[in-house]
Amino acid sequence: MNRIAEFAVGLLFGWGLLVSGMTDPGKVVGFLDLAGAWDPSLAFVMGGAILVGLLGFTLAKKRTRSFLGAAMHLPTARDIDRRLVLGSLTFGAGWGLAGFCPGPALVAMGAGIPKAALFVVSMIAGMLLFELFERQRRARTQ
Amino acid sequence: MIIDWINFTPWSALAGGILLGLASAAFILLNGRVLGISGILGGLLVPRRSDASWRVFFLMGLLVAPVTLALLAPTLIATPRIEANNAAIVAAGLLVGLGTRYGSGCTSGHGVCGLSRLSPRSMVATLAFMASGFLTVYVIRHLI
Repeated sequence: MNRIAEFAVGLLFGWGLLVSGMTDPGKVVGFLDLAGAWDPSLAFVMGGAILVGLLGFTLAKKRTRSFLGAAMHLPTARDIDRRLVLGSLTFGAGWGLAGFCPGPALVAMGAGIPKAALFVVSMIAGMLLFELFERQRRARTQ
Repeated sequence: MIIDWINFTPWSALAGGILLGLASAAFILLNGRVLGISGILGGLLVPRRSDASWRVFFLMGLLVAPVTLALLAPTLIATPRIEANNAAIVAAGLLVGLGTRYGSGCTSGHGVCGLSRLSPRSMVATLAFMASGFLTVYVIRHLI
């Protein structure tokens, strides 16, 4: 039951990205280009998503188990540190450069777009680099 | 500021956004997980086998979304416009991979779920990647 729900949620999220137009990097860059002809669509995507998300998370915060009986994995980190800010700034630079963030890139790869696949492979390489750097950092501090 | 009225699609953007919100709400309420793509994918890259299957099932759903929606409602899918060349795509992918792991999230985990949880950490992350995205596009389109 849990596996079916996870698959269905992934599918629904992918449809949302496609319907919203966010799988088109041109639309994302159109939003990020404040000095050019500005396409505000992405703000409407975020607005719609957060409106529904607020209701969902308000309910979720009151629960100790999920409706399917799973443990609730709500984030516990509170610290606003250099890693968070520098990491997010780095992510934003890549996002602006290609117009892809992780979700839309995976969906566009699923649609068979070669540049999306190239992006996903590079993104996974970046994530593996992070794991490598983290392992080195842990080895140094031990 | 000039609005790009030709490409501006408020209704499909809002409808798609509502689907994203529904999926995020369903994930936390049914599976007890925060729907953050970079975290779900990144978690597969560390060898912890017990925790891999839910990630794989979620990502499979994401990957088959275009094929299934193309059968149900092909007119809803826009053709992607990708300006970046292959070198820029590789550089962008590396930056996104590294940045989302250091920053513990991307547009879905921080932007949608984090803001929906009213998390100050996610607000800071979202402001940072938005600002950086605006600046990057400004440099690419108007300075270089």
